[in-house]
Amino acid sequence: MKEKNNNTRRNFLKKGIALGAFTATGLAITSFYKDEVEETGEKVKLLSPKGEIVEIDKAYVKAPQDLHLPISSEKIREGFPNRKFIMVIDLARCKNALQCVDACNKHHHITGKNAWLKVYKMQESKDTAPYWMPSTCQHCDQPACVTVCPVDATFKRRDGIVLIDNERCIGCRFCMAACPYSARVFNWEEPNQGEITMNLDMNHSMPSPEHAGLPSIKGTVDKCDFCPHQIDKGELPHCVTACPNGVFYFGDKYEDTVTNGDETVRLSKLLEDKAGYRLMEELNTQPSVYYLPPNNRTDDFKDGLENYNEFQSVKKQEES
Amino acid sequence: MKKYETLLKDLAPQKFNKSGVLWVSVLVIIILIGIIAYIDQIIKGQVVTNMRDYALWGIYISNFVFFVATSFVGAIVVAVLRLTKNEWRTPLVRIAEIITLACIIMAGITIMIDMARPDRLLNLFLYARMQSPITWDVIIIPTTIVISFLLLYYPLLPDLAILKNYYKKEQPKLSKWYGRLSLKWEGNKKQKSLQEKSIKIIALLIIPVGFMLQTIDAWLFSTTYRIGWDSTNMGAYFISGAFVAGVAALVVVVYIVRRTKKLENYITDFHFDKLGKLLALACLIYLYFNMNEYLIPAYTPSKGEEIHLTTLFTGSYSYLFWLVTIVGLILPIFFLIFKKGRKPFPIFIIGVVVVIGSWWKRYLIITPTLLHPFLPIQGVPETWHHYFPSMHEWLITIATLAMALLIITLLVRYLPVIPIQRTADEQALLETNKNAAL
Repeated sequence: MKEKNNNTRRNFLKKGIALGAFTATGLAITSFYKDEVEETGEKVKLLSPKGEIVEIDKAYVKAPQDLHLPISSEKIREGFPNRKFIMVIDLARCKNALQCVDACNKHHHITGKNAWLKVYKMQESKDTAPYWMPSTCQHCDQPACVTVCPVDATFKRRDGIVLIDNERCIGCRFCMAACPYSARVFNWEEPNQGEITMNLDMNHSMPSPEHAGLPSIKGTVDKCDFCPHQIDKGELPHCVTACPNGVFYFGDKYEDTVTNGDETVRLSKLLEDKAGYRLMEELNTQPSVYYLPPNNRTDDFKDGLENYNEFQSVKKQEES
Repeated sequence: MKKYETLLKDLAPQKFNKSGVLWVSVLVIIILIGIIAYIDQIIKGQVVTNMRDYALWGIYISNFVFFVATSFVGAIVVAVLRLTKNEWRTPLVRIAEIITLACIIMAGITIMIDMARPDRLLNLFLYARMQSPITWDVIIIPTTIVISFLLLYYPLLPDLAILKNYYKKEQPKLSKWYGRLSLKWEGNKKQKSLQEKSIKIIALLIIPVGFMLQTIDAWLFSTTYRIGWDSTNMGAYFISGAFVAGVAALVVVVYIVRRTKKLENYITDFHFDKLGKLLALACLIYLYFNMNEYLIPAYTPSKGEEIHLTTLFTGSYSYLFWLVTIVGLILPIFFLIFKKGRKPFPIFIIGVVVVIGSWWKRYLIITPTLLHPFLPIQGVPETWHHYFPSMHEWLITIATLAMALLIITLLVRYLPVIPIQRTADEQALLETNKNAAL
């Protein structure tokens, strides 16, 4: 019985991957009968709804108007099957280069004054060493924010990601009060994302929690989304790829693998070798983000001070 | 029989005099300004407030907590004094019921003012999740509104019938309204027993409902990890705080009503003396829970608690903290111990001070905690490190307070603030007792 279950799951996964590839090409078959199109002779391989590979002329293939599924879609709320995304942040390598913050701000079109990903200047006590600590949403397995949300606008997916449905959020900010990591930011005014919103409107694209910040919505909460839109494309989150020092590792706990783009390592071994820990373990929120302590640092803490700005995490638009 | 007529003349609602009209107009103007400010907030977003990502709740929430707390007076004065057979409550119950209804309605409105997307209000019902303390609030606040209304309405029925007859000749229109609202009350046996039973049930219900309301309000905060909120003391702390705010508000309203309606023969020094003792008891209980809330964490403070308590005791909130604690809580206890302190005018002043203290007390519960998160506040503008309400927040909040006062004023204007029938019955009883004694 168990094996059978596994089988169907595996099949499902296979199909899922194929479907993923299908969406990744960004193409869909539309209007077969409506318009007469001249055939080009060039054939394209596609996956039919029955799961068979079919070949059709390129002329019939058009980019779909709506790449994203409607927001209430079960797929978005369920997440990727059989995955458990996690992140490891190596504090020994962070020297506050802030490339992660800039990339995150840029790709999520953050227009507010509080970035989703921030690098904190930390020092536990007077005589202990200061260090730089990038902090994202911790995507907790027991998320306090999700527990207190009155309308199920913020939700936890089976792949470990915590997202926000900005079309449903009522703006009570209880999740922000509940989050011990101050990970959540609020759209106090019209986000004014200019062209992005206009383009989305023209394409009739539905905003999706899978690419949070696109667009941001006035009176609702935003936060780090762990970049499901990147995972969907088979790519790493923006902060991971942007970091010049390989601070961020991203991966799948079930596969026990994480990568920072340059090297791919066993998660369990990495955590064991470098004594990984999680933030505020005592609160029992069970974060999906692990930290490696800042020992044997390659760079001087002071080098990072050059970039440090206590009162700014999102550069003004003219500067970027 | 003549006595009954004077009683009726004394207790029947009177038209506003000049200062009454002025008072209502001022309230209406304040409310209109508040509504304009609120519309502006809806258009521009909550950027018009001084709340930001760290101080994510402000006076809208502390004002909400204040209204919820003050609404507790109905449960205390009406239900608890009823159960403990404290007969002196008679001339005060209706005023307490009016305050309760006005405050709980305003609590419902203020919490919506804090919602950044009031257009999505229906989501609270469409997608309601039981584990969210906000959903508990969505259930308990309307329940309290209904029960508070019934608690005011059922005992009113005989009085409404009396007023219908009283105004028949002079003001036929008003008389008709009283007639409609009196639900054909004749005062026959069947009606009386039905009414008595209903009042008994409602008066019993308002106690658990009132306790639940205050406790859920406390749980909005204690269900988070935040230092200063994450405390098992919160439920009892809020209930005792509500006891203080409610009784103090009652003292203030009773004094003003007595003065403007010249009810000195009905609400006497004796009643203020009793109210003073009740307020002293409330303050003592609250002081006890305050000690639990602040002194015990101060004995073995974690790092976060130490920062939090230092801000309150000696830091940026210390002036407000000690004003609220000493002037708003400890000094009132001291003055209320003396008989002179429980005379009408002194206790009125004490009541005003305690009500103001209660309002700021909620501010102290909400704001400092939010400004001490677990991770340091970094990467945001300097102004986000502090919080003080913006002009919009003040205008809107003052308007909600004015709205509560307007509801109270109008109810006091059109309803007999002292139950006519019951007072008459009790006086008749006194007479017969006297005769029997003779």
